[in-house]
Amino acid sequence: MSRNHLLAALLVTVAGPAWLFGAGTVSGKVTYTGTPAKQKTIDMSKEPSCAKQHATPITTETVVTGPSNVLENVVVYISAGAADESSAPAQAVTFTQKGCQYIPHVLAMRTGQELKVVNDDQTSHNIHPLAKVNHEWNKSQPPGTPPLSEKFEKEEFIPVKCNVHPWMRGYFAVLKTSHYAITADNGDFSLPNLPPGKYTITAWQEDYGTQTQDVTISGSETKTVDFTFKAKPY
Amino acid sequence: MNPKKAVAAAFIIIICGLGVSSAQNGGISSGYPTPKGNFNASQQRGHGLYLRYCVGCHGIYGDGNGENAPYIDPKPRDFVAATFKCRSTPTGTLPLDSDLIHTLQRGVQASGMPPWLALSDENRVDLVAYIKTFSPRWQSEKPGDPIKVPPEPAVTMESITHGAELFQKMECWKCHGQQGRGDGPSAATLTDSKDQPIRPYNFADAGNDARFKCGQANEDLYRIFITGVDGTPMPSFADVIQPNDAWDLVHYLRTLQTHRKSKENEVLKASGGKIPVKPTAQ
Repeated sequence: MSRNHLLAALLVTVAGPAWLFGAGTVSGKVTYTGTPAKQKTIDMSKEPSCAKQHATPITTETVVTGPSNVLENVVVYISAGAADESSAPAQAVTFTQKGCQYIPHVLAMRTGQELKVVNDDQTSHNIHPLAKVNHEWNKSQPPGTPPLSEKFEKEEFIPVKCNVHPWMRGYFAVLKTSHYAITADNGDFSLPNLPPGKYTITAWQEDYGTQTQDVTISGSETKTVDFTFKAKPY
Repeated sequence: MNPKKAVAAAFIIIICGLGVSSAQNGGISSGYPTPKGNFNASQQRGHGLYLRYCVGCHGIYGDGNGENAPYIDPKPRDFVAATFKCRSTPTGTLPLDSDLIHTLQRGVQASGMPPWLALSDENRVDLVAYIKTFSPRWQSEKPGDPIKVPPEPAVTMESITHGAELFQKMECWKCHGQQGRGDGPSAATLTDSKDQPIRPYNFADAGNDARFKCGQANEDLYRIFITGVDGTPMPSFADVIQPNDAWDLVHYLRTLQTHRKSKENEVLKASGGKIPVKPTAQ
């Protein structure tokens, strides 16, 4: 082995993480074309303790839009190309039931990461993730009881419902990668700390499905990847 | 060989051939072809029984989409999803073999699933072995640890009254209704995990032979709180109810079965037939 080779081997061993060689970012905006379905107003009169928490009645959140046709609550993540991240973050993610609504409406987490479910309401909820790849379970959470602690081991987008309050619906996005983002009210997302490489970026919207785009990061650059979903007209 | 002899020889060959082939098939009682795949003897026997007794509702793929399924409510179980209602194990976990065998023996009350009394114990074991080939979950997971049912405390008026308070506090009435008639405010909107409408259990309707989906004893009722009924809106209360509280709730629920002879109804009658319950917030 030549001296250069040795040096190179040493550098790789010491430097290890690729981010030392430069980390790229993929950012962009998610928008829609067409006319999204009008969201329905929720009647909470059967649950007065929740109804009184909302000055104006809330609506369903199947499609949440903003000015200039932006889409909120879209999960954007690296579905191929990212290095395998072995362990889930130690920090738990939290899913809160407040005013008979799920906050956030879409909660992303790593496979195996702790999920805490909190009931902030004065009524019983049952948390019922309708998992197909993971296991379906269904637990009651009366008011004043401590948070539930759960985790999911496999990648899946899981609808969550409360059978007592049929309007409550949310999603768990369980992902194998830590490189994910959920679009904010301006439709923007950003996936930082990407080592050089070729990636597949996937955007998931609960009603409109998924879209993918490939992108190559060659150094500490920021690449723009925008997604446009076609609105379902009903 | 003259033509007569040739015909006779051909007959003999055909008859012998039939004899051999029928002898070879003699071991298969179902009359169906031998199943594909690496089934063991028990699974193969179970497969034959499944095609005879179960396929009409649960379907050839075990997905609950059999020929009769459109006419059945609630829908037959989907063995591919491996979500089972009657378990002794926690919500989200696989049942024990004995749980599935009990379901075959008992049937599922208020559903299309009858008790399979005509099957032998060995038949039931074989069927369970075959049913477990439909989902890969059985390869990668073990059944959950069965929940413990502590001894039942005495039926007293205090126990029944406390159970009635818990019925309010846990908001059982939201689905089951204040009189346990299955007519609570959320009842009309309930759906199972396949989006089919489903009714909450009607306690008041039950006669002296009252059964629940997963059994008829107080112990079965206790177990349902703790395990939940997976695939339905009935959640598990394992994390939020103490064993004694769950027994109190069992005692109260028995008094909702007004037409059923029970220790609980006797105790209630002896103390005047009224449960003193604190008014609720609602």
